[in-house]
Amino acid sequence: MKKIDARGLSCPEPVIMTKKALSSGDREYEILVDDVAPKENVTRYAEHQGYKVSITEEDGVYTLLLKK
Amino acid sequence: MLDAKNEKILMIGAGAVIGCIAAVLVLFGNPANMGFCIACFIRDSAGALGFHSAAAVQYLRPEIIGIILGSFLLSLFRGEFRPRGGSAPMTRFLLGFAVMIGCLMFLGCPFRMILRLAGGDLNAVPALIGFVGGILLGVVFLNKGYSLKRTYSQKKPEGKMISVIAVFLLAILLFFPSLLKFSEEGAGPGAKHAAIVLSLAAGLAVGALAQRTRLCMAGGFRDAFLFKEFTLLSGFGAIFVTALVVNLILTGVTPGTYFKLGMAEQPVAHTDMIWNCLGMVLAGLGSVLLGGCPLRQLVMAGEGNTDSAVTVLGYFMGAAFAHNFGLASSGKGPTSAGMIAVVIGLFAVVCIAWVNLKGNEKA
Repeated sequence: MKKIDARGLSCPEPVIMTKKALSSGDREYEILVDDVAPKENVTRYAEHQGYKVSITEEDGVYTLLLKK
Repeated sequence: MLDAKNEKILMIGAGAVIGCIAAVLVLFGNPANMGFCIACFIRDSAGALGFHSAAAVQYLRPEIIGIILGSFLLSLFRGEFRPRGGSAPMTRFLLGFAVMIGCLMFLGCPFRMILRLAGGDLNAVPALIGFVGGILLGVVFLNKGYSLKRTYSQKKPEGKMISVIAVFLLAILLFFPSLLKFSEEGAGPGAKHAAIVLSLAAGLAVGALAQRTRLCMAGGFRDAFLFKEFTLLSGFGAIFVTALVVNLILTGVTPGTYFKLGMAEQPVAHTDMIWNCLGMVLAGLGSVLLGGCPLRQLVMAGEGNTDSAVTVLGYFMGAAFAHNFGLASSGKGPTSAGMIAVVIGLFAVVCIAWVNLKGNEKA
């Protein structure tokens, strides 16, 4: 599974990183973000691309699990 | 978390409320087509604190204080207050400075650009074209790997500093106004303002709504170009439509004029198409490189982002500089010094974008 660490980055960078990563066409990705706006924006983008997104939070870090 | 459809409804609803508040503030005393203008209001506030001495534009605008505190309070309430910073603050200061030079060439931030359009001011059309062009250029840099690197967690007091300053300034405005400079009646836009309590309430509401929805004037076009994602842009559209409707209603039912279609003799505006356009190219490009328009920077500063707080200081200094050195336009038109400053600003901002591309770190 591909992992993307977008912690500390502000939008749109996490979404751009996600977009670039998704171009490889894998079925699963794990994306780390630590702010609410990137969490929402990455989720929205991934859902538009047909992925199901599940989110867990620990110590202010959100782990977004993308599955197709 | 809301699903995509509800998110869009919330965004459009928030945009509509914000558009309405902005139009109504003019009825209660703000300058025409200037219910809100982050650039103008920071400029007025810089004047009130004596950082420049342009007598026409001096007033400590409670809207700015309100936006910061509205965002701060709602983010605290929702558990979204996150003190963080350290992502190239000095670069952001300069970008903020440059964005302000661009805004004061046009005489408005992207927010006021929408409000000017909604008031029938067609000078905002070339500005909008420039703004979108600047955003497109910014998107090219983003796609090529432009980044100011990551932020880091900061201590809570650090994230609250700008809100503390906002409260302090509000206290001065309320209890020691004689310390501040105010434009005299008739001197210019600085003398036109709604009552403090109204302006503050409007700022608090807009700050909270913008915090909740992440509304951003630059982000709307950026996300549309980058990801074909139109949620933010729908907020932008909702502000325009609502402000337009309220302006038309107010023109119909009050003796004042809140909508006048055309280019000539628009309030706090000039008719130079090229420089209206270029000013907003600079504002659009700079805002994309900063990750948000001036309104969004104020909101993020309230949320504890100290890089955004430094950006706001950059706006502040840019505004003071613009008036101390005659760079800001007036109703008479742009100044030569302002034109030179916008060209230098564009060059500087492109250089900043270039040296922060992936792989160019050694430059």
